[in-house]
Amino acid sequence: MSDNQIRDLIAEAIKENDLILFMKGTPDQPACGFSMRTVGMLQSLDVPFAAVDVLPDPRIRQELSALSNWPTIPQLFHNGELIGGCDIVTEMYESGELAAALGVEAPPAPPAETAVPGQPAPMGIENRLR
Amino acid sequence: MPSADELKQRIEAAIPGAEAEVQSPDEVHFSARVRADAFAGLSRVQQHRLVMDIFDGELGGSIHALELKTEAP
Repeated sequence: MSDNQIRDLIAEAIKENDLILFMKGTPDQPACGFSMRTVGMLQSLDVPFAAVDVLPDPRIRQELSALSNWPTIPQLFHNGELIGGCDIVTEMYESGELAAALGVEAPPAPPAETAVPGQPAPMGIENRLR
Repeated sequence: MPSADELKQRIEAAIPGAEAEVQSPDEVHFSARVRADAFAGLSRVQQHRLVMDIFDGELGGSIHALELKTEAP
């Protein structure tokens, strides 16, 4: 397959899927922490999304970045528009903008990584080795 | 390897009026918070592009990851 054909397939996939995530690995087996976090946020919003693993062929990433003018992975597209990478998705998720943009209810609980204010800190283990 | 301070200086030199805070535990993974007048009226994607374009070709290479948070004043 030529690079142009790959780019056309990517453009088609972005056009045909309302919500599509280009990531390293798959939603079940993400191969990078940023992809994993992004998948986790989408899953917690309970929205269906298409996912494309960029790892099998380096040209997927190369052509995607050329098309989107965005250098890093993951990349989330909604209705053909680039929403952003993990940082932007995280910011929008935390502010509720992502849920609003996708037309779903905001999740009742904050993401697992965020500390809940007012909750006791997790028990620490004393370091006796200093 | 680039230092956090080098990234800060490059961001502030490239984007007029930008103030950047850059942290890095290992000079490979970076986390930056950038505030700039130039971001006014731009979408988050456009704001991030302005910063990432500075490190074109280095992202994924000497800069493994750049965690970014942008804000307009």
